[in-house]
Amino acid sequence: MSSVRVLVGTKKGAFVLTADGKRKNWDVSGPHFGGWEMYHLKGSPVDPNRVYASQTSGWFGQLIQRSNDGGKTWEPMNNKFVYDGIPGTHQWYDGTPHPWEFKRVWHLEPSLTDPDTVYAGVEDGALFRSTDGAQSWQEMSGLRKHGTGPRWQPGAGGLCLHTILLDPENPNRIYIAISAAGAFRTDDGGETWKPINRGLHSQYIPDPNAEVGHCVHHIAMHPSRPNVLFMQKHWDVMRSDNGGDTWQEVSGNLPTDFGFAIDVHAHEPETLYVVPIKSDSEHYPIDGKLQVHRSRSGGNEWEAMTKGLPQQNCYVNVLRDAMSVDSLDDCGVYFGTTGGQVYCSADAGDSWNPIVRDLPAVLSVEVQTLR
Amino acid sequence: MTSTVRIELPAHLRTLASVGREVVVELEGTATLRAAIDALEVRYPMLRGTIRDQVTHQRRPFLRFFACQEDLSHDSPETPLPDAIVQGKEPLIVLGAIAGG
Repeated sequence: MSSVRVLVGTKKGAFVLTADGKRKNWDVSGPHFGGWEMYHLKGSPVDPNRVYASQTSGWFGQLIQRSNDGGKTWEPMNNKFVYDGIPGTHQWYDGTPHPWEFKRVWHLEPSLTDPDTVYAGVEDGALFRSTDGAQSWQEMSGLRKHGTGPRWQPGAGGLCLHTILLDPENPNRIYIAISAAGAFRTDDGGETWKPINRGLHSQYIPDPNAEVGHCVHHIAMHPSRPNVLFMQKHWDVMRSDNGGDTWQEVSGNLPTDFGFAIDVHAHEPETLYVVPIKSDSEHYPIDGKLQVHRSRSGGNEWEAMTKGLPQQNCYVNVLRDAMSVDSLDDCGVYFGTTGGQVYCSADAGDSWNPIVRDLPAVLSVEVQTLR
Repeated sequence: MTSTVRIELPAHLRTLASVGREVVVELEGTATLRAAIDALEVRYPMLRGTIRDQVTHQRRPFLRFFACQEDLSHDSPETPLPDAIVQGKEPLIVLGAIAGG
């Protein structure tokens, strides 16, 4: 029988939530690494028991943990992230040059084909790869050195590389996104990169249509159509049908198009989910009503999904890596909040139930569908 | 010259290294702060990067080194440790700052 395992990273530890395919009765394990900020946990698609986790702390820095039994036990792996060559500078908030400094790993993306290969998106914006199960890390420095790097400027949360999308049809193609540099793509396995931000319009930067400098919050892709990308930008929900070469806005009738999380239904490539957030200065839902918005038309037309979600006095946020979907027949949708709730919809968003209500602030949610 | 130095770790690093409040390291030659942390990282490699940067060896800003009621944090890492530390009478304390939420 199928089951699901939800890997939850929070500000004070990691939690593993498991249930059978009905997704009604949940077992909660954790906290793992209690007291540490767990930015992201993700399992290998080819070996679901191989899970990688980013463990960080303002006191003790960055650690990488690896599990070979689905998150029951862990071992600390190599945590040495050294930029390739002389790192140079990017821009600081005030526009002055600032040396690249490794701060933390925001996102871990295991390879689609090899459980020992995993990518790490780090702050300050760079991409690292391990091909030995996180025993060593090498920077894929073609990204940082392709030319626009010295113009990258951090978003409010830092110069974080937070999104890594691996193309299931073309192993040489990888998409990444950085706040607030924008989206980038390689077509040669990471040797060379180019910005893919044409069509993005950001009024808060000096040139609203600049090649780089857009605060991309997250990008989602359906594996059956890796050329089609959906983006939640700082403001604006965007869509590309040509691998990021050009983007068009699909915010449509959303009550606000600011937000962080975005994801795609596991079986319907035109069904999207976002969580509208009031504004860049008020990071919570409008009027205290937590709503997931679903589009079944690839954007533009959105409907509010509210059944089971708090519709008064709710002022939580849903962060960029805190939404995920399972691939059971009735697609499950999951998201975690800064108020410590993790919600599950076992019916593609029609209705929601909290799995847990009182965790520390949720930083990331990833779901594994186990068969 | 060999010395046995006791090192007291903050709670999170004890958990990480699966050790108790104190660990003991053997040092060859002059017992300095650098030698003590070097030996600690050799014995407990999972602590690499948690106390000092792996490349520059700069102490992480929210950690301090205390010994014999003295703050050694700003001393040169090559400064010999106090006699009471070298003789094992007092521990070298790695202390986490009281900060954060």
